[in-house]
Amino acid sequence: MVTKNVNIKDIDEELKDYPRERKSLIPILQKVQSDHGYLPRDIMEGIGDYLEIPPSKVYSVATFYAQFRFEPLGEHLVKICHGTACHVKGADIVTDTVGSELGVGMGETTDDGQFTVERVACLGCCSLAPAMMIDDTVYGNLTRDKIKKVLSEYRGEEG
Amino acid sequence: MKENIEIKVGYASCGIAAGAAEIYGALKREIKENNYRVSPKKVGCVGMCHKEPLMELELPDGTRFTYGNLEEDDVSKILVNHIHKNRSYGDKLIPGKSDYDYFTKQKKVVLRNSGVIDPEEIDEYLERDGYTALEEALEVDGSEIIQLIKDSKLRGRGGAGFPTGVKWSFARASDSDQKYLICNADEGDPGAFMDRSLIEGDPHALLEGMIIAAHAIGADKGYIYCRAEYPLALERLNIAIGQARSEGFLGEDILGSGFSFDIEISKGAGAFVCGEETALMNSIEGERGMPSPRPPYPAQKGLFGQPTNINNVETLANVPWIVRNGAEEYREIGTENSGGTKVFALAGKIERGGLVEVPIGTSLEEIIFDIGNGIEGDKDFKAVQLGGPSGGCLPESQLDTPVDYETLTDAGAIMGSGGMIVMGEDDCMVDVAKYFLDFTQEESCGKCTFCRVGTKRMLEILERITDGEGEREDLEKLRQLAPKIERNSLCGLGQTAPNPVLTTLRYFEDEYLEHIENDSCPAGVCRHLITYKITDGCIGCTTCSEECPVDAIEGEKGSRHVIDQEECIKCGTCMEVCPVDAVEVV
Repeated sequence: MVTKNVNIKDIDEELKDYPRERKSLIPILQKVQSDHGYLPRDIMEGIGDYLEIPPSKVYSVATFYAQFRFEPLGEHLVKICHGTACHVKGADIVTDTVGSELGVGMGETTDDGQFTVERVACLGCCSLAPAMMIDDTVYGNLTRDKIKKVLSEYRGEEG
Repeated sequence: MKENIEIKVGYASCGIAAGAAEIYGALKREIKENNYRVSPKKVGCVGMCHKEPLMELELPDGTRFTYGNLEEDDVSKILVNHIHKNRSYGDKLIPGKSDYDYFTKQKKVVLRNSGVIDPEEIDEYLERDGYTALEEALEVDGSEIIQLIKDSKLRGRGGAGFPTGVKWSFARASDSDQKYLICNADEGDPGAFMDRSLIEGDPHALLEGMIIAAHAIGADKGYIYCRAEYPLALERLNIAIGQARSEGFLGEDILGSGFSFDIEISKGAGAFVCGEETALMNSIEGERGMPSPRPPYPAQKGLFGQPTNINNVETLANVPWIVRNGAEEYREIGTENSGGTKVFALAGKIERGGLVEVPIGTSLEEIIFDIGNGIEGDKDFKAVQLGGPSGGCLPESQLDTPVDYETLTDAGAIMGSGGMIVMGEDDCMVDVAKYFLDFTQEESCGKCTFCRVGTKRMLEILERITDGEGEREDLEKLRQLAPKIERNSLCGLGQTAPNPVLTTLRYFEDEYLEHIENDSCPAGVCRHLITYKITDGCIGCTTCSEECPVDAIEGEKGSRHVIDQEECIKCGTCMEVCPVDAVEVV
């Protein structure tokens, strides 16, 4: 995910496909996050202007939903599934292994900015438990060795 | 007779995660390089997740072969065997749909096309009688459709089981120029993937069901509220909606009937509570997804203040089948009070996990042991969890319970949306209860005090117990707090949040007491109550000491190693990596 420089003047242009009505708010936040990797504060203010609602309202909605984040992401987003099936099949082992391999806790980004690690409720791939998702790819039937192998592939790719 | 060999590759999210994309890529490559007369096809979930990635090969004469647990190298071997040697490739051959006992107790109604057709091709849906139910439905008055659905005894598959026809009649009776139909595809229960698979495998069945429902209640605008975590389902829905529009099944004056209806997708943003209908509507309107008091019910005053009908994916996807085959045939599949089938996502410690569809009334035992073949790795069955965070864990003594709304509720679980997680002797029931409470207290929107604070208090008590600091009175506190949370919460999230605790207390109280009185976790799960020890069997290979993340294992090469209990974080790495099983939990 790439963080672009934010130019407020572009906001009207960026959002022109969205009607200026309240129900556009969540789709707009989703678009901004997919473009920028997170919701920069000044853009949220710009969205408020665009929809003619106070920025506090934009922030109130954005903070309600787990999807939205307010800090830039690492290059790769690692989502560790903590669904029921994963829980009974070793999600904690995945969490421990990813944590110790990358040296970060849940919700944190590695110092080199390569990985952000998150805990998610369920990826819906319960038959492959325990599972994790890196960017758009799901990895299932994880073992410590498999996790190390997968992570090293991502590291190698960058380095 | 067809000229080509046809190969279907299971290409739903689970299949892709297991490696279906690589298999499909290899298949395309082999066909191109060798000019094979083979037609490859991507299909949705076949249901046999335990055999993914998999493919079904059909010879021009109609003979079928199913191959499972594939790796890329297998593809060329399969093709060479069939094409050049006129024989199958035994190594990866698995029983197919017609001869696998995994399928014999199943009944495919709503999943009839899943894993069979290419979900991105409307023509394949049309060839399987797609949209004929819509044509039939548009010829009669909406009230007749509602009567048909009432007669079929179709009930809400989202979990609550409200009779669908009755729900539709409320929305139809509301007088308004503008009515909405919403499909709830915000499948948030951890451990559930029925709706995702259904959309990925047969999106047009959902659309057709929605259009018929809209005609029945008189809605001209529909929304599908789908989780953003389901990118493939969203993509296939978008494709299907585009196709349905260009074929005239959606939009103005559908099939010349004068009825107009269109569908918009609303992408959820990751809030479990939005599965509750009033919260879901608030979310579509661009608000925080918090529930509102009912009445007014959505059928009177719903989305944007207009009469609205909300049904779950599976409920709506059943509708075309019922219209085509009649209410009686549907009703005959299920039980007296509940017609048809239910789809379950069978997962956890099960030998053969996957997406299964069974007649309502099938027993838990049949699903877990006849279809799922019991617990993986020859372990003992302990419990089955149904209904996710709103449901409960049922023990062996309840395995003869038929899956039906009333029977499961009486047993302490719920039908739920279809998550069925099987647990074995190595799973701790107190830990499972804690897991669900952790989930609900995290997902509580915070509006109702008992849900916001009560679930937190329950979680703290459970944490105390699993940490070995619980007291006997804690169980009484849990029992007292539970009904208060149930009574004083506005929506289903809070009203059902104590269920996982109550059912585990009901059936597994001994296990709670073991934690409290003996500081012991019999299943060996709760980290504070277990100790890892290296036994005499240690060969001194040093693997464990090298792998230990906190360097808590010492020992010379060739001699027995010892774990420093002060340093040990009970992660279980040593046990997992030991080549001679010389690490035990005590």
